[in-house]
Amino acid sequence: MSAEKRFEIFRLFFSILIALLVSFALIFLVSKQPVAAIMALITGPFKSGRNLANVVEAMIPLIFTGTGVCIMFAANQINLASEGAFHLGGLVAAAFALKLALPAGLAPAVCLILAAAAGALFTALPAILKIKTGASEMVASLMINYLSLWFCTFILMHFILDPAAGAASYSLPKTAKLLTLFSGTRIHFGLIIALVVAVLGHVFLYQSKMGYELRIAGSNKQFAEYSGIDIVKVILISQLVGGAVAGLGGGVEILSPIYSRFTWTSLLGYGWDAIVICTLAKKDPLKTPLAALFLAYLRTGASIMARTTDVTLEVVQITQGVIILLAVAEQFLSKTKHRIIAREAKAALQKEEAA
Amino acid sequence: MLRLFFSPDFVIAILRATTPILFATLAAGVAAKAGICNMALEGIMLFSALFGVMFSHMTGSWLIALLLTCVCGGVIGLILAFFILNLKTDEILAAIAINLTATGGTVLLLLAFSGDRGSSTFSTVSAPAVGGVNVMTALALLMVAVMHLFLYKTPLGLQIRSVGENKNSAESVGIKSIRIQYIALILSGILCACGGYFLSGGYMNSFTKNMQSGRGFIALAASEMGANTPIGGFAVAMLFGIAQAVGNQLQLTSIPVELIQMIPYATTLIGLAVFSYIVRKRKEKLAKG
Repeated sequence: MSAEKRFEIFRLFFSILIALLVSFALIFLVSKQPVAAIMALITGPFKSGRNLANVVEAMIPLIFTGTGVCIMFAANQINLASEGAFHLGGLVAAAFALKLALPAGLAPAVCLILAAAAGALFTALPAILKIKTGASEMVASLMINYLSLWFCTFILMHFILDPAAGAASYSLPKTAKLLTLFSGTRIHFGLIIALVVAVLGHVFLYQSKMGYELRIAGSNKQFAEYSGIDIVKVILISQLVGGAVAGLGGGVEILSPIYSRFTWTSLLGYGWDAIVICTLAKKDPLKTPLAALFLAYLRTGASIMARTTDVTLEVVQITQGVIILLAVAEQFLSKTKHRIIAREAKAALQKEEAA
Repeated sequence: MLRLFFSPDFVIAILRATTPILFATLAAGVAAKAGICNMALEGIMLFSALFGVMFSHMTGSWLIALLLTCVCGGVIGLILAFFILNLKTDEILAAIAINLTATGGTVLLLLAFSGDRGSSTFSTVSAPAVGGVNVMTALALLMVAVMHLFLYKTPLGLQIRSVGENKNSAESVGIKSIRIQYIALILSGILCACGGYFLSGGYMNSFTKNMQSGRGFIALAASEMGANTPIGGFAVAMLFGIAQAVGNQLQLTSIPVELIQMIPYATTLIGLAVFSYIVRKRKEKLAKG
């Protein structure tokens, strides 16, 4: 491993450490029982098997959106529509699960494929708009997220609403639900799909010709053009694939044992979390499960903390914000980086002289 | 129904809905003129909406609260500038980080300050209205003229624009680009803080969690459509004000509320596409001729 890579890992961990310290300081400021709160945050997930299972459950949607964003960002497209794609994927899977009476086994597969297709078309919208009109894909993606939210709420309220259940759809049929992997928990088959998606995402991005072209187009557009890469095609494919993964994630989440009805009436924030995951995983889908595990652990700890002490869940969002700020700050610890690289170079030089 | 749309009340409703977006649009414009896309507007607006009610509760004066909120907005702009310019953080990721921090931070702060969850229930003093028009609306309209004069008639404005156009050539004539970008981002933070302040102290009279609901993002689009100029931004912000005010009126009809909620975002999206297309065609024409 090169000195530079080692430094990157060191900086990542240092950023996480600082972010945690900032959160602890905040907890000390706002809480009357800070030590209990911090203990709940850090050790809570380990306290019981159920809590540990919660961590794994929380990990699953994060792996999907994280992988999706890795693929979209690798093409240097700041497309933030994974949030809306996840939401739409959930709605599509729920709506078709309710409307199509398919046999068990086939039903979840069909619903998930439709969810992925919806997600793909959705995130492709800003990309198409960019290609056809030159409109900023970032701004467009921010707008369509809200369109997705209100469209899904519209369908929920007017087509699949159970009048007896408040703002929720009819109960999703058992035949369409994903199987539970371990009895006594809600860890479901979606975990396997998520891990497969992360591996396939890695293969696509780092071991296929298309993935190579995509990364070249992302890192140096001019060079890609000169080497004859069809940039428009590559960008479009990256957004389609990324959106499909995010939409699939939404579908998996709503068909999981965690939900029994479609109840999403506000954006859930998985798209923004995905950016944290993508930052931590350095745009490599293979590392997203690890990053998702970290975030899910923090989340679960925070919700235990919120249940048992006077500190709210939202502390975690601040932790996430600080991690992003520091982890992508190129100049953060740049002197240390310089020192490490200089030391390495000196050692190499001495070795050469000795030989 | 139609008569309603042509009444003076409706014009006031448009101005009211335009005000927060207009402040944020001006904020996006000044940052963009210095070459930075300030996506943190969303978070700054949310923070300012909370600071506004907190300060007005503590001081009992809307004006002091506004000034303090502006200071806080400026400080957030400064922090953003520090990360982007000194630590070389990607500007979009830095903004996302600030927005995330705002979502969590406001809830945490509100709870610590008052014990309220989700929305403020303590007494606040909102900005007063004169003849049906809120002072902040008047200030927003005034700021359009001020920002125009600032950007196009002052040396500092020229420096901001030249840094945004071409950093290197600005540096070559002795402009310290980092300093100029710092100033632009701090100004952007202050302007945006006015918009956030108005949300909870005039548009509404209390703070609700996530009450900015995408206005910072809409402002980014509005500014881009207005070619990042104060006057262009004003025209586009007005368009959104109309979309929002029409939406508010339509809520009284039988049209599903979810579809009405889409209006401002759909308007932005379509407007952005049309505008970008026209700009591209014009550029192509220039390139040919």
